Amino acid sequence: MASLYTNYLGISSPNPFWLASAPPTDKLINVLRAFEAGWGGVVWKTLGSQVKNVSSRYSAVDYHGSRVMGLNNIELISDRPLDLNLKEIKECIRLFPDRAMIVSLMADNDRDSWHDLIRKVEDTGAHGLELNFGCPHGMTERGMGAAVGQDPAIARIVTEWVMEAATIPVITKLTPNVHSVVPTGRAAVEAGSQGLSLINTIQSVTGVDLDTFIPNPNVGGKSTFGGYCGPAVKPIALKMLTTIAQDPVTAKAPVSGIGGITTWKDAAEFMLLGATTVQICTAVMKHGFRIIEGLCEGLSNWMDEKGFQQTTDFIGRSVPTLTHWEDLDLNFHIVARIDPDKCIHCGLCYIACEDASHQSISMDQGHPYNTYTIKEDECVGCNLCKLVCPVDNCITMVEQRKGPDYLNWKEFQQRGLPLNDH
Amino acid sequence: MAITNHRLTSEAYEENFRDIHPPFETRDAVLVEANRCLFCYDAPCTKSCPTGIDVPKFISQIAADDLRGSARTIFIANIMGGGCSRVCPVEKLCEGACVYNLMEETPISIARLQRYPTDQAIQRKWPLFTRKPSTGRRVAIIGAGPAGLSCAHVLSREGIDVTIYEKEEKGGGLMTYGVAAYKVTPEYCAEELHYILSLGGITIQYGSELGKDLQLEQLRLQYDAVFLAFGVGLARRLDIPGEELEGVVDALRFIYSIRSDGFPSVPVGDKVAVIGMGMTAIDAATQARRLGAGEVTLVYRRTAAEMPCTEKELEIARLDGCHIHWLAAPEALTGADGCVTQLRCQKMELGPPDASGRRTPQPTGETFTLDVDMVIKATGQMPFEELVQQSGLRHRNGKIDIGPDGITPLSGIFAGGDCVNGGKEVVDAVQAGKLSAAAILEYIQSQPPRPAVGPIDPSIPDHTV
Repeated sequence: MASLYTNYLGISSPNPFWLASAPPTDKLINVLRAFEAGWGGVVWKTLGSQVKNVSSRYSAVDYHGSRVMGLNNIELISDRPLDLNLKEIKECIRLFPDRAMIVSLMADNDRDSWHDLIRKVEDTGAHGLELNFGCPHGMTERGMGAAVGQDPAIARIVTEWVMEAATIPVITKLTPNVHSVVPTGRAAVEAGSQGLSLINTIQSVTGVDLDTFIPNPNVGGKSTFGGYCGPAVKPIALKMLTTIAQDPVTAKAPVSGIGGITTWKDAAEFMLLGATTVQICTAVMKHGFRIIEGLCEGLSNWMDEKGFQQTTDFIGRSVPTLTHWEDLDLNFHIVARIDPDKCIHCGLCYIACEDASHQSISMDQGHPYNTYTIKEDECVGCNLCKLVCPVDNCITMVEQRKGPDYLNWKEFQQRGLPLNDH
Repeated sequence: MAITNHRLTSEAYEENFRDIHPPFETRDAVLVEANRCLFCYDAPCTKSCPTGIDVPKFISQIAADDLRGSARTIFIANIMGGGCSRVCPVEKLCEGACVYNLMEETPISIARLQRYPTDQAIQRKWPLFTRKPSTGRRVAIIGAGPAGLSCAHVLSREGIDVTIYEKEEKGGGLMTYGVAAYKVTPEYCAEELHYILSLGGITIQYGSELGKDLQLEQLRLQYDAVFLAFGVGLARRLDIPGEELEGVVDALRFIYSIRSDGFPSVPVGDKVAVIGMGMTAIDAATQARRLGAGEVTLVYRRTAAEMPCTEKELEIARLDGCHIHWLAAPEALTGADGCVTQLRCQKMELGPPDASGRRTPQPTGETFTLDVDMVIKATGQMPFEELVQQSGLRHRNGKIDIGPDGITPLSGIFAGGDCVNGGKEVVDAVQAGKLSAAAILEYIQSQPPRPAVGPIDPSIPDHTV
């Protein structure tokens, strides 16, 4: 059976699933229950500057009857006394020495505050530090969180202060509220940060109440920009993760991937694009710690099926396949094929292709069931019909190359080949 | 125990005639079901609805919290969409066509979903339609059943002043008088009617019967157009000896009394035979059981493959404990002291298919006899042949002959619903009324306005203004 054991910068954990710095990791009773459930590690909710939180704190985006496709929060860092947190961290480590204990930090913006905080945290026996340069709300107004992460120069300075004091591995958590995560990632790595984690939440407004006209979450008749997370942000996280894996400087730092991971499949995807560990929050906020069982079993079963002994067998494996558009093969061509035995005649492929793609599906009127057929000559192989089809494997994409050789755009232009005429 | 009323306690009546298709209890339940809908294009459900309700649209409007929009989407296609959500044989219409059936999945509960916004619209009296200013044009409609009401609503929306002449004391036609009480309550029928009439411009003259209180020729002079929607009459005769015996009753009359007299006062036998296997036969059989009949037997001369009712309907009868005799044709009724006591049936077998494609039952010569004290006839209803004949209309066996959209050869006279098709579903009648309304509007626009004339019969007050 495959081993899920993970070594991240020398920090070991029985599996790659860590709880992200968030409400599930803000106190002893939660963390102990998480460890009992089987979580590999936690990133303790950010400690630092003293704060006070508001009520309410969360709002969500539902989609087609499914709750919390995306979650938005305006909660700040830990509002509990620092000493209490430190005492509880120590106790958790004592009770579960085999689990990873990372502590998230966000000190006031001066060297002494960072040094003081790091010393206190290291005294607990924690295994690593995660620098919160990403919180997009509230703390930014005080020049902290994303205000640091959005400016590579500031991030570099703060990381340098941290590295002066830290004796345990340092992971810098990156904000996605930038055009690219790479500059701040580079600054952190160049300043000495051994690891990187991403993404933090994305600034958001989840919606407006159509009766009160107040955006949510509503705090006494007002709202504020929050941080968005959950399944909705996964694609954005995967893209940013890949850019970190592809940059020669940031690629040196092992990554802890974050952003909408809900199932083992999501986790496997993050790992294929470079994550050594993954961090999870929203899925736990919705379903509780018990999801760890499915995560571990699913990942392990998939690894067995693929013949992977340990996670390092596949971490980063998909990174080289993400390339520039210009390198894509223009001779590769696929066309859709509808399996008439599986087709339920819902017409969703037809109307999608007709109104939004290349009018490549013909409709033969029937009562009550129409028959839909692909016009292979017209089909550009866009996948849209397959994506909207509600029946698994009813529409498949069949390869019909335009030519035997690899042909990219540059070559296409050099040869003066003709553009489409439709 | 022979035919008698007051067989059950009031609690038992209430229990037995409870809504068989209860509405969704909560908005959450509605949303779960609404969100299952795939939103098909050129949807099979819509194509299988005789009124063509845009089902994916109304369901998506429920899911998007636009209940008024959803109700309007339903009502614009079918003003009796609330009633139809209760009485339609959806398993052979919209729900039967739902693409989930092809995935071996439970089809969307379209009828229950349809009930949700329409119930709210009716309960909360949402004014979803506004009537255009009166054009001064007037149309008479014979029959306040589904066809007549549907036609009236479309016409009135367009500013036509409509007078409906109805021979009964209530509107709604067979919806009010001819459907099992556990499908649609008389109270609902009254509310639905009230909602339809709340548009304005529609007056119903109750107790006015064509051929008795009014004549078609007079109406033609009085109105810009006339729409005939007087439905069909009582059950077809069995034409067997003993049919006149006491205890041999007509299914529609039986159902009528259940709906108008209150459950305890309706007499029902102890051993009841119901002849026929259509929806009305099922409604009669199940309600006889629910009124307390000890034994109810459905007698049908063909097999389940040919029966007009749906499987689901048959299942209701079975669950109610009704017995079924397939391939049995009533041959004679015998009685004692003028009351029916026995029904003799000929055993049948299926021969070659007839013109309709259904295999013809043929007698085997073998017979059997059922002890009965009540026989309910439900072998299809008879058109009002005499009325049709005397009105000078072309017809086939009493069913009015029409062209497209209810046009008859008599200029300005239109017809639709059961009086044309011989008795189909409510939803078919609604569609006929809707199509005829469009044809009537077109006809009226092509005609010069006619001079105003007074009421045709001074004894009938004319409220049409």
